[in-house]
Amino acid sequence: MSFSVTEPSKRQKWFAGIVVVCYTLITLMPLVWIITTGFKSSPDSIAYPPKVVFTPTVEGYVNLFTTQTRMSPGVITEPRDHLPWYEQIVRKKGNTIVGPSRFSERFFNSVIIGFGSTFFAIVLGTTAAYAFSRFRVPLKDDLLFFILSTRMMPPIAVAIPIFLMFRNLGLNDTHAGMILLYTTVNLSLAVWLINGFIDEIPIEYEEAALIDGYTRFQAFYKVVLPQAATGIASTAIFCLIFAWNEYAFAVLLTSGTAQTAPPFIPTIIGVAGQDWPAVAAGATLFLLPVMVFTIILRRHLLRGITFGAVRK
Amino acid sequence: MAQIKVKNLRKEFGSFTAVESSTFTIEDGEFFMLLGPSGCGKTTTLRMMAGLELPTSGEIHIDGEDVSNKRASERDIAFVFQMFALYPHMSVGKNMSYPLLSQGMPRAQAREKVLEVARILGIEHSLKKPVRGLSGGDRQRVALGRAIVREPKAFFMDEPLGALDAEFREHMATELRALHDRIGATTVYVTHDQMEAMQMGDKIVVMNHGVIEQFGDPQQIYDWPATKFVGEFIGSPAMNFLDFHGSVARGSTSVLLGDCEMSIPESLDEYSGAVTLGVRPEHIHFSDHSSYRGEAIAVEYLGTTQIITIQTPHGIIKARVSSEVAVNSGETLGLTFDARTLSLFERTSGRALLSETNKAVIGNG
Ligand SMILES: Nc1ncnc2c1ncn2[C@@H]1O[C@H](COP(=O)(O)OP(=O)(O)O)[C@@H](O)[C@H]1O
Ligand SMILES: [Mg+2]
Repeated sequence: MSFSVTEPSKRQKWFAGIVVVCYTLITLMPLVWIITTGFKSSPDSIAYPPKVVFTPTVEGYVNLFTTQTRMSPGVITEPRDHLPWYEQIVRKKGNTIVGPSRFSERFFNSVIIGFGSTFFAIVLGTTAAYAFSRFRVPLKDDLLFFILSTRMMPPIAVAIPIFLMFRNLGLNDTHAGMILLYTTVNLSLAVWLINGFIDEIPIEYEEAALIDGYTRFQAFYKVVLPQAATGIASTAIFCLIFAWNEYAFAVLLTSGTAQTAPPFIPTIIGVAGQDWPAVAAGATLFLLPVMVFTIILRRHLLRGITFGAVRK
Repeated sequence: MAQIKVKNLRKEFGSFTAVESSTFTIEDGEFFMLLGPSGCGKTTTLRMMAGLELPTSGEIHIDGEDVSNKRASERDIAFVFQMFALYPHMSVGKNMSYPLLSQGMPRAQAREKVLEVARILGIEHSLKKPVRGLSGGDRQRVALGRAIVREPKAFFMDEPLGALDAEFREHMATELRALHDRIGATTVYVTHDQMEAMQMGDKIVVMNHGVIEQFGDPQQIYDWPATKFVGEFIGSPAMNFLDFHGSVARGSTSVLLGDCEMSIPESLDEYSGAVTLGVRPEHIHFSDHSSYRGEAIAVEYLGTTQIITIQTPHGIIKARVSSEVAVNSGETLGLTFDARTLSLFERTSGRALLSETNKAVIGNG
């Protein structure tokens, strides 16, 4: 047997494996809980001890997407065969659907505001970072520090001034207002992260492109962007996760038209008693977009985070 | 193909002057070396010539046209960067066709052209490969290929072999010179390696601290350094310097080194004070008749020649003699210098004194 400094021993590998598995289980547990609860019936969801094996139902999802009322006994006698499947599920409980719930609207708001603010944060962040990295910007270090300093307190600390400002500007409860707010909060992160990534790209690439006959913008677009893609992708994920999950400002500044999913989901509890499956269903759907987005950009994310280490 | 003229070129970075005031002319088709220790302003000079850096003052003419304030893309030159600067997200072929497509050449024609150049460089089988996996030498070839395809007026190369392994560098240097002889394009080549400059260059400019010390062909620069710095920087081992106080009169053919009279080339300058006698290692010979003596303190065997380190009354010098000469460490040797090849320098300014033998090289400088 030869001894190697870099290659871990078998026992070390086992140990590392066990740690990883334990950690994964711990982090996955709540996720599994949420996803399964979404498919449980109301009694199953609060059963004690918790049911691991249960009959799955989409009742929670139907409740999530619909508004229902209790039916008067007279209507119940009606034949049920021709009714759509979701109405049938509701009828079993003695309810009827009177219309769609607000959930899809709120969800859609989240998508628009989350992705919209991420888009603007990335576009503005990338151009600003490029300028900081490549041009002689007066007071560059001070500006960069100032940009970072906006994140030195929790954003919610300035909630009151922002609330008043938004009210005066008519931005309360508007999509534009929320996109503006989340873009502002994310921008400092975007500028800093992307600035780091662009700094890592040797300037010679652009100079080569300039000599090859491209304009500065073309050099930026065709040479810098593709190389900063990993960094930009990982930054985009961070921005989206923040905007997507943001709760405090959303509660404060939105109530109707522009309300996002996070402040909406808790209100489901109140709509039809303690409807945990519907809440869990909402949470599950809420997780999806970020999950999909992250999976699509996953390769970039991993490389982006280890960027500096890999390049040299 | 073009002649390049640089006139009083100067570059300041804030209060720091990177290039003092450079003037030189590169003839059409020349392989031109910008040589100097690192930090002396070679890259800055080249970048100004390429249009990547704006000069503080001075002019650059390419092919008779003043391009001092033109953009890099308008100067029709190609630049080979030290780290090659191949676009990492593109294949070899894409990297090479990139400059052609930017000029609006049709794709099919560009592909044709790239293939042709790839054949010259021996990388036609790698065109589809990503540049990431290439060896240093192949990267170098791709970088050259990207420069060549465009058939620019001139090639500018900033230490293009600096990133390669030592053994491979020699090979690439030969290849590069052969390529130049084949294409015949004006090439400006930056290096801090004097061997490389001597080996490849038609003409050499030696720079130090932003100042041009000397301009000439390799042999001239080696034989007749215009300054002490050049004599020291070029040659391995470097030129030997013997410091003494003395005076040289116009027309005199000898100096007093200690109490030994040394023959020198007929002086065309007069100077008295602190001077330095410069002698190349291979111009030192041993003779028992000489009254100038030194003690051998080390012998370094190099095959056909050997380097003898000698302690003289005026400091330590190194002589390169045939290995057949038997010398032992500790032995006292009588030393003679080839009179015709000696240089005398003013010690304070480092400037070479004009003599009958070096006037042709440094006479008008
Ligand atoms: N953009 C810059 N800003 C400030 N100083 C610079 C800049 N570029 C080069 N210098 C300085 O100018 C001097 C010459 O640099 P350079 O031309 O790169 O030297 P060389 O290529 O001969 O090694 C160095 O001292 C370097 O620090
Ligand atoms: Mg340099």
